Amino acid sequence: MNVMSRPVALDVSAIRAQFPILSETVRGKPLVFLDSAASAQKPRAVIDAMVWAMEHQYANVHRGLHWMSERTTESYEGTRDLVASLINARDRHEIVFTGNSTGAINLVAHSYGRGMMKPGQAVVISAMEHHSNIVPWQMLRDAHGIELRVAPITDAGELDFAAFEDLLRDGRVGLVSITHMSNVLGTYTPAERIVAVAHAYGAKVLFDGSQAIVHRRVDVQALNADFYVFTGHKLYGPTGIGVLWGRRELLDAMPPFLGGGDMIGSVTYERSTWAQVPHKFEAGTPAILESIGLGAAIRWVQDIGYDAIAAHEASLTDHALARIGGVAGVNVIGRAQDRGGVVSFTVDGAHAHDVATLLDRQGIAVRAGHHCAEPLMRRLGLDSTARASFGVYTTHEEIDALATALVRVREFFA
Amino acid sequence: MMFDDLRDLYQEVILDHGRRPRHGIRLAAFDASAKGDNPMCGDRVQVFLRHADGLVAEAGFEARGCAISVASADLMAEVVAGRSDDQIRVLADEFRDMARTGRSADGDAAMERLRPLAGVHEYPSRVKCATLPWHALLAALDGQGGASSE
Repeated sequence: MNVMSRPVALDVSAIRAQFPILSETVRGKPLVFLDSAASAQKPRAVIDAMVWAMEHQYANVHRGLHWMSERTTESYEGTRDLVASLINARDRHEIVFTGNSTGAINLVAHSYGRGMMKPGQAVVISAMEHHSNIVPWQMLRDAHGIELRVAPITDAGELDFAAFEDLLRDGRVGLVSITHMSNVLGTYTPAERIVAVAHAYGAKVLFDGSQAIVHRRVDVQALNADFYVFTGHKLYGPTGIGVLWGRRELLDAMPPFLGGGDMIGSVTYERSTWAQVPHKFEAGTPAILESIGLGAAIRWVQDIGYDAIAAHEASLTDHALARIGGVAGVNVIGRAQDRGGVVSFTVDGAHAHDVATLLDRQGIAVRAGHHCAEPLMRRLGLDSTARASFGVYTTHEEIDALATALVRVREFFA
Repeated sequence: MMFDDLRDLYQEVILDHGRRPRHGIRLAAFDASAKGDNPMCGDRVQVFLRHADGLVAEAGFEARGCAISVASADLMAEVVAGRSDDQIRVLADEFRDMARTGRSADGDAAMERLRPLAGVHEYPSRVKCATLPWHALLAALDGQGGASSE
């Protein structure tokens, strides 16, 4: 390998210094935080941006005819521009703010599913979805006569592409809604191939990018996707704000989801008309402070750059697969070729919850359970796994600490 | 001892009963049964009771779960044998209090047997692991099919 061609390595210690929480101790030990896939920690830039707004520049948006409201509206709409640049959207009006990824998927299930799909059509998901990309489609199925089809995965934890394509062949599939990166297995789905095949059979494609966008550059135009959703709090931003990107012509054609203030053209008791996108889908006072925090998070991520982030996390993941997988009696779940910084595992003779508690006693935070993916657990023949997940601030030494702690867990339960 | 830092919760009796439960069987004959389900973590337990002469003569269970929940179910099955339903309900209340606070009244032999589980009170996310079998037991006594720890 040509060393010169490698991206500039991250200065991880400089990055860590920007996260106040990483200097906390837990149970008398330095915090080893390996649960970023559940929610990431927040850099100083995000914290300061939200505090600064509350202290210096805050009012409601889109309605005040005064200085504070105008400035706050600029900040809120400025984050829309930042999101558009982050995912290379063609048009800033294609960016809709929601509460989180779940809110964004529910919006599409309602406004596209009920509004534009016909009973008898089908939605395809995969066998490695988070509950947030299962339950809204079940609700659509039961309320609107839509069939729900599940594309299987291989034992390695990859989409069974031939079986996926078979589900599309009858031409009745209106939408493929699929993860871009599994929160349990770390698997990236082959997004461009999925879109090409789905479009060939007349189906639109939604990607749940909650995990993927944390680790890799996302370009919705290059993907040629129809919808892309993600959440702010996994991307080093605050909770309470998520993003739906959708093609303008689809968003224009879709009926609103929630009704209320800010989403109307005009209101009379007889009828109301809707605002243009994206405001048509943003009823009520939005997550103003959270949008400011998300904007700061996006700037922060873009300053580091996805090349450096992806290279750092690929190195961490390779290290984790070798170190964790190298502990006797520890089994890594999922062997996808293309994967991101999430490693699930089981420990022989120990339940995942006991593993997580014993790791916590050693200052190491991992998640354990079904990871909001019960059907995937059943497919894997498991009740639960433990999961270590990485962020831009994760170090190789933290993964070494996990491996060392897992050896102790094994001995403890031996 | 290299595991001292882990022993406050995982005492030897818990590890032992979690690994080798004595009562982890579906009773051949039972007159009351109920399932317990913790939807947040996927732990599942089913409790079986056989009464005789107004007392629980025998208790057994089938469980899929962590060491805490299996050990709790096993110790529970042990201590409820020979007690009336009303006595068991009192014991269940005392156990739930102990799991939440870490404290229990002195002098009761059954509570002494269950005391190793008191350590869960320092782990709010694990209290339900210890109490799940008891929820199922109470559901069985009340003639309900199941219980949730939620």
